[in-house]
Amino acid sequence: MAGSNRSAKRIYLLAGHYGSGKTNIAVNLALKLKAEGHQVRIADLDIVNPYFRTKDSADALAQAGIPLISPAFANTNVDLPALPAEVYGLVQQKDSIAIMDIGGDDRGAYALGRYAPAILEENDYEMCYVANFYRPLTPTPQDALEVMREIEQAAGIPFTAIIHNSNLGNATDANAVEACFEKANQLAALSGLPILYTAARADLCDDIHAEHLLPLTLQDKYYE
Amino acid sequence: MAEKVLMKGNEAIAEAAIKAGCRHYFGYPITPQTEIAAYMAKRMPKIGGTFLQAESEVSAINMVYGVAGAGFRVMTSSSSPGVSLKQEGISYIAGADLPALIVNVQRGGPGLGGIQPSQSDYFQATKGGGHGDYHLIVLAPASVQEMADLTIKAFDLADKYRMPTMLLADGTMGQMMEPVELPDTPPAEVEKPWAVRGTEGKRTHNIINSLYLDPELLEKTNFERFERYAEIEEKEAMSESFMMEDAEYCVVAFGIAARVAKNAVVAARKQGLKVGLIRPITLWPFPKKVLAEAADQVKGFLSVELSMGQMIEDIKLATACQKPVELCCRTGGMIPSPEQVLESIEKLAKENQ
Repeated sequence: MAGSNRSAKRIYLLAGHYGSGKTNIAVNLALKLKAEGHQVRIADLDIVNPYFRTKDSADALAQAGIPLISPAFANTNVDLPALPAEVYGLVQQKDSIAIMDIGGDDRGAYALGRYAPAILEENDYEMCYVANFYRPLTPTPQDALEVMREIEQAAGIPFTAIIHNSNLGNATDANAVEACFEKANQLAALSGLPILYTAARADLCDDIHAEHLLPLTLQDKYYE
Repeated sequence: MAEKVLMKGNEAIAEAAIKAGCRHYFGYPITPQTEIAAYMAKRMPKIGGTFLQAESEVSAINMVYGVAGAGFRVMTSSSSPGVSLKQEGISYIAGADLPALIVNVQRGGPGLGGIQPSQSDYFQATKGGGHGDYHLIVLAPASVQEMADLTIKAFDLADKYRMPTMLLADGTMGQMMEPVELPDTPPAEVEKPWAVRGTEGKRTHNIINSLYLDPELLEKTNFERFERYAEIEEKEAMSESFMMEDAEYCVVAFGIAARVAKNAVVAARKQGLKVGLIRPITLWPFPKKVLAEAADQVKGFLSVELSMGQMIEDIKLATACQKPVELCCRTGGMIPSPEQVLESIEKLAKENQ
């Protein structure tokens, strides 16, 4: 598969600043890997934010035959930061690719610490930093690098790659994405990590000039 | 205007408050507004401001009371159950004629309810909430951009009329992400000769108080305050009218409900139904004139709410019940679909031809 000319990994961890687009990337990456013929499973490890869950895409994932492990109370009124026991199975059973959607910031990444020893021991993972330079608290590569270090410390796993996901929600166009290429390259240089993918809404991808594009299919919203 | 950023509604409130010159935030975390506190916790120390997580909502609102009395821009935020806890303090702030911003990102109720969006604190926000004769200016944003713009407006109105203002949002507005432009103009400097900041021996001391030992003086103070309220009702009501020019039916909705309703109005127009939307932006003062004018024009109203029907009473009052007012609602954290609103519009049109 893999963007940035890297070999496919057994585990993909999606972490990053709060609201950077981790869940959308996780779901789309799972669907892409499945379409390429891999066995894929996905887990929602977000214990911080009770909204915008992987479970929102449960239908699309089920249709593609991708098992979803998500907290029992996701999308209900119960605001309970508990992880299901099945997540450990996803780390241990090495017969399928595991996609793990981590909560935002360092606070969200603490949940990953529970599984870090096993992931590091297997040593076949991609720890991806999802970056959106239009988010208010990470407007510069330096800000993003600071969040990166905080997450690494909380998660106990160093980042290995960047997924560049700069977007302005519905107001995103190809120019808005390309305008952040320089910042993404600076972050890559500062951190010494490759840009695994540039992610963008699928309909914009023809107009975006980047290697290793990850086209995103986003959910419709009832209030648009 | 500065460059666009992609923000959650809650973040937009927090950053807009900072732009408005607010350097004091007191609160206590509760879903779905916790991002406001989290954002303030990160930003305030970097700009010489104060972020303080109080031991309770009651404590937080009384810290707001104190800073407001000192004449500084100050805010607190919470969600429905937490805002109930703040009501005593809000009444004291109103009784002491102090400017402050209270944000309520509503969730389902009553009681502890749930964490999903709701508009069922409308009565509490617009009809008092706390005890005594008082009002809050209540602003109801319907986009992340408005979360920012109305936060700044709320601070300005609070200072202008020396009274607490409320931003009444809901869980969806707090959590949704949209592009926002925040102004880069500095906040207006407001003279506050009444503030308790030390006399430097140059004047008699100011007193911040809501206790009156003489009932005649308390009545006089309340009368004067209501003269100010009358001026606000006259000057500050805001609403948006959408496709109302030739409308025969009028949907009324605010906040997230207005966004759903707008989709339904567009769908109804495609069927040939002449429907428009009035979206109150200020809930107090309620846009009475706009609704009274609409009552002369349309055959019926439909109130779309995330509650069992609260704003519908203000619609009936504003229109003096001249035309039928029907209700389309979901509650407890549920949101009506555009299809449900469309069905209600069709029913309204059928029954009032």
